[in-house]
Amino acid sequence: MTFWILAPIMVVAALGILFVRKAVHAALLLAVVMINLAFLYAVMDAPFLFAVQIIVYTGAILMLFLFVMMLIGVDATDSSVETIRGQRAMAVVLGLLFGAVLVIGVSQVTLGTVVGLDDANEGGNVQAIANVLFSKYVFAFEATSALLITAALGAMVLAHRERLTPKATQADLAAQRMRDYADHGKHLGPLPSPGVYARHNAVDTPALLPDGTAAESSVSRVLAARGTVRSAPAMVDDIDDVRRQLSGLDGHGDPTEMPETSGKDGAPASTTEDEK
Amino acid sequence: MTEYVVLSAILFTIGCVGVLTRRNAIVVFMCVELMLNACNLAFVAFARQHGNLDGQITAFFVMVVAAAEVVIGLAIIMTIFRTRRSASVDDASLLKY
Repeated sequence: MTFWILAPIMVVAALGILFVRKAVHAALLLAVVMINLAFLYAVMDAPFLFAVQIIVYTGAILMLFLFVMMLIGVDATDSSVETIRGQRAMAVVLGLLFGAVLVIGVSQVTLGTVVGLDDANEGGNVQAIANVLFSKYVFAFEATSALLITAALGAMVLAHRERLTPKATQADLAAQRMRDYADHGKHLGPLPSPGVYARHNAVDTPALLPDGTAAESSVSRVLAARGTVRSAPAMVDDIDDVRRQLSGLDGHGDPTEMPETSGKDGAPASTTEDEK
Repeated sequence: MTEYVVLSAILFTIGCVGVLTRRNAIVVFMCVELMLNACNLAFVAFARQHGNLDGQITAFFVMVVAAAEVVIGLAIIMTIFRTRRSASVDDASLLKY
């Protein structure tokens, strides 16, 4: 029963890995598959593997994937350009053939009655596994330790970067700043802070220079790259909006509009956010 | 019993197709993990079929090897990304020429 609930979820999540654009979504779908797999292990009398699957696979390995993804950038999506012509179609056809052969082959085999692990798990699954692991498979177990040490060393060697130049000290950095100022006239001090206005004081609002243009260095480069910076024309629109409302108030002298214009956050009925 | 092996075969096939079609090295790696997991499912299912724990031990060893493999593989991907600024498997094609 549990199987028929978990299996469709697993297959759908696994298929999702093939189709999602972002690597992070693929990692989350893989986590779904792995947790469901852990429950299947629990159903199949393997409580030790259930715990190991959750701790090692979902906990450690997938987190490692996510760490590396954060390091090399989450926005890295697949390029849709095929370097080998028709590779994707060929891969899908091959995969379907392979899957069909496997599934048909497996379903034609008679596997006999399931013996079940009740006898083998006598006295606890963990104890039984330990008995087998430390007697019959003890050499494989020792070899595993060598493998793990090699893997740790290998990761350290691969991730290590030799420092070819001495690390820049604070004095070096200060001298570099002064040189930049002398050569290119680059501003010495810190970057200007974002604009603080009566109606907007968020980091996405650029400060205005005396001539009314936005100071681009006052907003984060990341926000500028995402295109979520409030543009200076939009702020001019805001100003016009307020001016129109004020003149409307003056013209009609309608006191009922007062609460609306000075309501919560002082937001009028239509701001640029509403229009978006 | 058969249904577990069939599910294992389906997951393995999906992993295979993923390795062949995806371009991002990390996602390719995840598909390899999916294939390893599918094999583990078959191992555990057959352990129950035969009534001894050898299959579960093998699945455990597969997990250990997968952990070591992930550590090294991700370190390699990091190194390639550091020098080439890309995690796409298409960009690492210098050995072709």
